[in-house]
Amino acid sequence: MPITEFIADLFNPDLAFLPKALLIAVMSSVVCGVVGCYVVLRGMAFIGDAVAHAVFPGLAVAFVLQGSLVLGGAVAGIVTALLIAVFAQRRRIKEDSLIGVFFVAAFALGIVIISQAPGYAGSLQQFLFGSITGIPDRDLYTVGFTGLAILAVLFLLHKELVAVSLDRESARSVGLPVFWLDIVLYVLVTLAVVISLQTIGNILVLALLITPAAAARLLTDRLGVMMLLAPVIGGGSALVGLYLSWSYDLPVGGTVVLVATGVFLLAWVFAPRHGLLARRRREPAGEPHRESDGTPESQVTPVSAEVDERPMG
Amino acid sequence: MTALAVHDLDVDLGGRPVLRGVRLHVDPGELVGLIGPNGAGKTTLLRAVLGLIRIRSGQVLVDGVPSRPGRCAIGYVPQRHEFAWEFPISVQEAVLSGRTGRIGLLRRPGAADWRATAEAIDRVRLGDLRRRPVAELSGGQRQRVLVARALASQPALLLLDEPFTGLDMPTQELLGELFTGLAAEGTPLLMTTHDLIGAMDACSRLVLLNRRVIAEGKPAELRDPQLWMRTFGISERSPLLRLVGVDTAAVAAASSEGTG
Repeated sequence: MPITEFIADLFNPDLAFLPKALLIAVMSSVVCGVVGCYVVLRGMAFIGDAVAHAVFPGLAVAFVLQGSLVLGGAVAGIVTALLIAVFAQRRRIKEDSLIGVFFVAAFALGIVIISQAPGYAGSLQQFLFGSITGIPDRDLYTVGFTGLAILAVLFLLHKELVAVSLDRESARSVGLPVFWLDIVLYVLVTLAVVISLQTIGNILVLALLITPAAAARLLTDRLGVMMLLAPVIGGGSALVGLYLSWSYDLPVGGTVVLVATGVFLLAWVFAPRHGLLARRRREPAGEPHRESDGTPESQVTPVSAEVDERPMG
Repeated sequence: MTALAVHDLDVDLGGRPVLRGVRLHVDPGELVGLIGPNGAGKTTLLRAVLGLIRIRSGQVLVDGVPSRPGRCAIGYVPQRHEFAWEFPISVQEAVLSGRTGRIGLLRRPGAADWRATAEAIDRVRLGDLRRRPVAELSGGQRQRVLVARALASQPALLLLDEPFTGLDMPTQELLGELFTGLAAEGTPLLMTTHDLIGAMDACSRLVLLNRRVIAEGKPAELRDPQLWMRTFGISERSPLLRLVGVDTAAVAAASSEGTG
């Protein structure tokens, strides 16, 4: 399908769900791209996955009660994230094990709840793999405002979140509330996941968090640039993915994720400094960490000279 | 005034006594080395000074005030592996992050913060590398970034946790010179180290610690091998005694004379 036809469909009043789906997909991908930078840099990918599972019982309850899916998912995700953070304070069991316990339990609870609702199989598939139809108008606003709120909090707490990510002990020693900053980040990840569920689906939402940010990390060594590139890659993938999905009648979540994965693979090969080709080209020049920079550290003084200069004792 | 004064400090970890009756002081102009075997409580002592763990009894005064996280009177230089070096930021951004607590919530760094950052970078002589990603630094350069980050908060005292570990000799020497220079310029330092030779050479005073303070004094004053043997739990034949230049032969001769 040519682009012009896709654009015409976007403005076709009979296909009103299409522009709504596009808007939600792009907005949530942009937000996930920014939040995902922290998820990738802190090695929290497992937490992102877990949150995606954890929101499921909330969605199920909201579905059964005919309430707002975004709200239900957010409540369930945040409650579980808080449980993890609290349990993780006692270091007897490691965080990743706790996550394994709680988030999968939440997912199991979701399946049990939703099995009680009529129309179970169809709605389950919608939750798991996303859908572009049947998005209520109010979800558009919920996603928009939630997304803006997430970005605002990230912007306001940027330097604190960076300091905690760099080195927790030092952050604690200068008086930063490390525990609360962790909670804030978990909650932001949860919200970003929840607003993306509608179009991408529960299983694939992790890709929106990780893939664009990981691709951006390959393309730059500057955090600010990375946090701009990731949402551009995410939003672009959502746009292209929805177009392909509409043209070839493919599932939207899967197509969006595959486009983002394509971008990641391109970055992995062609990235200017960290790409496969750039590394190949550099290899004969020597190991990157030992570049000579004119400081005397890289020169090893002969042992005899060392002893002459600094007699022991 | 004393930069750091520790009075009769007792610390328990998980119900077990780790530190008992520790007395310690660091004065302006001093580089004090904290020496002891693994499990002696060196890092615990640093964490207690930072106010990061509850103390059972005793007192920690930094510039005359009880220590509490967030006062920013202490600059902390953790072991290098504590820092996320793969994070995509430059040297100067990493150093600036040391002022996060000072800048305060919801505020952006101002002129004073950038000035302090630039000064800290100059003091550790990383000016040429200020824009380089931290991932591309060598071990010694990384250590200097951590020192600069701590200095950026303009602390009354620097605490360093094993700054020499894993570095080659020339790098250790450069860092040692940096530390003595900082001490002379007015920032007192307390550092833990396993590098005994470096410590004997660079430190103005040493504290031998094993759960409690076994001895403290200028390196030249710590000539009694018994002190080192008690601190490290070693015999009089240990090569460590020769390493720190304590005269074991004389002791052996004296003891054989006593028995014979």
